[in-house]
Amino acid sequence: MHLHKFEKVWLIFGIISLIVFLSIVGVTAFSHDHHPSGGMDTIDPEKVDQTAPFDNPGVTQIDDDTYQVAIVAMAFGYTAPELRVPAGKEIIFKVTSKDVVHSFTIDDTKVNMMVVPGQITTRAYTFEKPGKYLILCNEYCGTGHHFMFTEIEVY
Amino acid sequence: MIALQDRKLALWYIGVAYIAFLIGTLMGLLQVFIRNDKLQLPAWLDYYQILTAHGVLLALIYTTFFIFAFFVTGMSKSIGTFGPKVRLVSWIGFWVTLLGTVLATAMIVAGEASVLYTFYAPLMASGWYYVGLALFVVGTWISSFALIGHYRVWRKNNKGELSPLFAFMTITTIILWLIACLGVVATVLFQYIPWAFGWTDTINVELSRSLFWFFGHPLVYFWLLPAYIAWYVIVPKILGVKVFSDSLARLAFVLFILFSIPVGFHHQLTEPGISNFWKFLQVVLTFMVIIPSLMTAFTMFANFEISGRKKGATGLFGWFKKLPWKDVRFTSIFIAMAFFIPGGAGGIINASFQLNEVVHNTLWIVGHFHITVGTPVAMTFMGLTFWLIPYLTGRKFTKSMQILAFVQIITWSIGMLLMSTAQHILGLLGAPRRTAFSNYNNHPSAMEWFDGILTSHVTMAVGGSILFLSAMILIYIVAMSMFLSPKALKVEDQVEFPMAESDKTHTPKWLENWWIWIGIAFALIIIAYAIPLSSMIMHAPPGSEGFKTW
Repeated sequence: MHLHKFEKVWLIFGIISLIVFLSIVGVTAFSHDHHPSGGMDTIDPEKVDQTAPFDNPGVTQIDDDTYQVAIVAMAFGYTAPELRVPAGKEIIFKVTSKDVVHSFTIDDTKVNMMVVPGQITTRAYTFEKPGKYLILCNEYCGTGHHFMFTEIEVY
Repeated sequence: MIALQDRKLALWYIGVAYIAFLIGTLMGLLQVFIRNDKLQLPAWLDYYQILTAHGVLLALIYTTFFIFAFFVTGMSKSIGTFGPKVRLVSWIGFWVTLLGTVLATAMIVAGEASVLYTFYAPLMASGWYYVGLALFVVGTWISSFALIGHYRVWRKNNKGELSPLFAFMTITTIILWLIACLGVVATVLFQYIPWAFGWTDTINVELSRSLFWFFGHPLVYFWLLPAYIAWYVIVPKILGVKVFSDSLARLAFVLFILFSIPVGFHHQLTEPGISNFWKFLQVVLTFMVIIPSLMTAFTMFANFEISGRKKGATGLFGWFKKLPWKDVRFTSIFIAMAFFIPGGAGGIINASFQLNEVVHNTLWIVGHFHITVGTPVAMTFMGLTFWLIPYLTGRKFTKSMQILAFVQIITWSIGMLLMSTAQHILGLLGAPRRTAFSNYNNHPSAMEWFDGILTSHVTMAVGGSILFLSAMILIYIVAMSMFLSPKALKVEDQVEFPMAESDKTHTPKWLENWWIWIGIAFALIIIAYAIPLSSMIMHAPPGSEGFKTW
């Protein structure tokens, strides 16, 4: 198959860029633990209220530098009492759903988690600036989808 | 001109496509005003019903019906008139597809299926909605098999010869479609239908999502490849050149069969139930599709330059001025290609593993597919529509229609530029997609989304209104070319089907050995999906009951 000389140059340049690009993404992901939200833990969607940590949703301090925040999403809101967390500490969010698919998305941050019934989504995040952040659902979940939101206060 | 019966089939497909286009774009217009709090729907109509209709009618119905119209015409033109069997099966396919469409649309209108076109479980629509979707897919399969049958007749009569480029590309697209649909057919038939009719109590949500995206991503290549056929085969003819390289064109197309399917996880990067290793593997496979895209980009510019130089252009960029800008068949497709540059770049961003968190489910994504399927694909289809309908009806594409066609594509471009730019930036600011008007209790971060100059829901509405105006001009052009424009009685008035010559003397024969490509495609699918899907089944949590939350 004949390839024009310029096409060879163009394709080689493209493929090398591709390799460099994917290597950067892959190395930062797997050597710096920079993954998108996810997790392999499962849960019975009908027994969320009886299953730890969702039987006691909200903020729990794990050690000096780590906090866990457990949240239950349901149409159309979050069971998340008094969300107050400190800036500069690692916050581990764990979210699940009692009904349909939702999201747990904190505006102005990189926390953007899909919440799937039967699964637990996990994401660690450290807030840099104190303030009141808007939390909203960005996955369609029904008539009241656009009223599904709450707030988290970072101090 | 092709046989009357084949023209009739193609025209019916186009007719349905543009009815869907008319209703779908109207739904789009309503949406931009609702999101901006300038319109409140009556109690019997819901925003999410409109949103579902907009997605289904434009992304599925308009595209699919138009694609089959294009394929029927092009196959009849390139490899000959359909035989009686092919014709019969094609019509059965058409009616089954239409029946599925009508059933699904009726359920949406009745408010029984406000589940959007992704119909994520455990939102549960009426079982008939899923039956409608299944019939739609089965109908397209029947039509696909008719075209494959027609192609096989040609192969039998022309032993040892490579098929014409148009036919080759049509068959490639159809193979891609048949394999892609396996995912959606599996989930609809074995998961959704038994569950929605109450034969099973629960559904495995994560599995259904993964099977949907097995289909959902190659679906975009099913839209894109027919546009590429136009770029590879139609555009050179309009430019007055041959196909740049027959073998590279064919190679690019078979690479799309390989690299468009085993990649659906890049739509699921921020969700649980799939380990990071499999997410990343599919990200890598996703990016392989850049290679045939680069080949296509090279070919397009090579065509432009060769054509320009043939017309006497000099200097590095002189050819640009010599392009046939006054020919709306060309200019429309050129604009479509130009939109695909930022569109493709945006796609790379979306699929970039961690980076996806910044844009996932925000308005950015809405902006992204309006400058991929909504313009590169849709405007290529418009550019085809201008001559395809007159070609099929034997009417003139009059001077006044040509001017109107220019007005149409220019308004579409302006409207889309405004709307998609606003959507992209709003998405970066965090505004969610698929959401009716909400200011989240006057939250300051949400209020930002309404008062920017370019970055506001107002700009989106202005763009959307211009787009709707453009859509109505197109409907007028379609109606004129279908029923009212004067008949082309003289030969010089007749509209041609521009199909460029392609020199296949140096094209290797193995490119048309489909079993090689289907075999590699399945091998890649098994590598990408076998382990994660089986782990979803074996380690499944208790399933979910259905919910009707609308």
